[in-house]
Amino acid sequence: MGLKQNLHNLKEKYKGTKMAPLFNGFHTFLYLPNETTHGGTHVKAADDLKRTMNTVIMALVPCLLFGMFNAGYQHHLATGEIERVTGFFSGNFWNLNNLGVGLIKVLPLVIVSYVVGLAIEFVFCIIKGHEIEEGYLVTGMLVPLIVPIDLPLWMLAVAVAFGVVIGKEVFGGTGMNILNPALTIRAFLFFAYPTWMSGDKVWVNGARELAGSADAISGETMLGSLAQNLTPNYSVSEMFFGFIPGSVGETSTFLILLGALFLIFTKIGSWRIMLSSVIGALVMGFVFNMVADAGIIGETSKFYGLMSLDFWKHLLIGGFAFGAVYMATDPVTASQTNKGKWIYGFLIGFISIMIRVFNPAYPEGVMLAILLMNVFAPTIDHYVVQGNVKKRLKRAKVKTA
Amino acid sequence: MGLLSKKDAKLITDPLADNNPITIQVLGICSALAITAELEAAIVMSVSVLFVLGIGNVVISLMRNIIPSKIRIIVQLIVVAALVIIVDQMLKAFAYDLSKTLSVFVGLIITNCIIMGRFEAFALGNKPWQSFLDGVGNALGYGVILIIVAFFRELLGAGTLLGYKVLGDPIEKSGVYAFGYENNGFMIMPPMALIVVGLIIWVQRSRNKALIED
Repeated sequence: MGLKQNLHNLKEKYKGTKMAPLFNGFHTFLYLPNETTHGGTHVKAADDLKRTMNTVIMALVPCLLFGMFNAGYQHHLATGEIERVTGFFSGNFWNLNNLGVGLIKVLPLVIVSYVVGLAIEFVFCIIKGHEIEEGYLVTGMLVPLIVPIDLPLWMLAVAVAFGVVIGKEVFGGTGMNILNPALTIRAFLFFAYPTWMSGDKVWVNGARELAGSADAISGETMLGSLAQNLTPNYSVSEMFFGFIPGSVGETSTFLILLGALFLIFTKIGSWRIMLSSVIGALVMGFVFNMVADAGIIGETSKFYGLMSLDFWKHLLIGGFAFGAVYMATDPVTASQTNKGKWIYGFLIGFISIMIRVFNPAYPEGVMLAILLMNVFAPTIDHYVVQGNVKKRLKRAKVKTA
Repeated sequence: MGLLSKKDAKLITDPLADNNPITIQVLGICSALAITAELEAAIVMSVSVLFVLGIGNVVISLMRNIIPSKIRIIVQLIVVAALVIIVDQMLKAFAYDLSKTLSVFVGLIITNCIIMGRFEAFALGNKPWQSFLDGVGNALGYGVILIIVAFFRELLGAGTLLGYKVLGDPIEKSGVYAFGYENNGFMIMPPMALIVVGLIIWVQRSRNKALIED
């Protein structure tokens, strides 16, 4: 008797009790359930919630692996043990030494995120007596990718608990949340423990311990140095491929682009949102470039560094690409209508870059922009739908008249 | 309670739990969010509201038969304003630092919905003794929530209670800070007060299902 049959028997045994959702959840997660519906016609579709979630996770795996290598690479680079990479396949980057650091630092983040988040999800399912939803599978993978590498695990646990309960469960669980849970978790961390979430000591593993000593290393992110009007010393290819300091999985625009193509190809992620947020970011960046070029603000202005950055480079640095591809497209919190998606995405890009430039204290504008637009998504949808109703009523009137 | 009849006792106990002005009637939220970052401020605020609401209810109740109903709001405002000025002057005289922390919020007791609400809903139609009990009950109900919220916000946000470093010193890394604990800066921000009040409402309603509205 295999595990599948065992789970099935347990499920039958606990049917109707409070524990039933727990076994049901494991059973359907691992196997196809034994019960099939008989008689009548049923909608057959391959893309159930579980498969949708797993597709997004597959799109995230390259970012996770890259993030592990990058964690070690940034650490070893900062301590001077290795040289800068010269190309994408450089041995200085893809080696076991780097991966080792990454495994030790990143895997605990992933494990804590999943264990705490799923435990809360299970508890709520048992209390409410409904089936376990797979909503946390993606959130649990997103969270470790958008936090700094040296974040203490207990802080992550507290934030995950807060994000899952306040961001999701109080609204009724998966599919009912207003805000993206992963970003709620990050926002909580950002406001609760700002010293661990920003500055120049958190992005490179070990920077905090070495601070003040003779071996002190600096790990400023590109956004951080630009906000201080410094010119970071990274080439465009380094930015594009992601050999820069930053949150664990957000640095490689190249891999995020591949993930985006995968999501669009599998029709999981909305290309409208991705494209329109890129357009929004470019427009805002271009406007800022014009302002800087026209000499309206001088080089001494504190906005100059970010404002004069070539507009397309905004896409390569910080978490913009990651946010636009994996977070803005969250089907629950984004706009549902096609026209609404264009507006929603455009405003995300537009506001991200605006926050980035005008508020150096919150360099990561994309997080706040997406959360803000999450709140407005239902309003956008409402007006799109009402506009359509009005248009059709008008047409009906013309015909009957 | 020998002093109070059963009906009178209910006037005090009801607002403490099942008819709490903050969590059930959702009144006085503004000050609950603004001054609950420190426990001391919350306690002083509660005492001030207790004073204003207790006395104000009695005054309004005594005058209830001679106030023309057309100008009753103005009369009520004058009574509250007079009482609030007394509280404000007392604070300035005896607790100057605190009065600076509370700043406008003492003055804003005048517009606290709980006070006008109790004047309108209770004091105008009941005898002075009952009005006094109702005022005290509601002010205590308000104070209880304020103090619970402020307790958690100050403890988790600043690691202190009434200014005492109960969790150790964050700079010298003593107490729990030695284990890597850090204060949660989010707790000090007003949004977190809203969330804490929300959690209290959640706990209260899941314990007493009758309170859940459809």
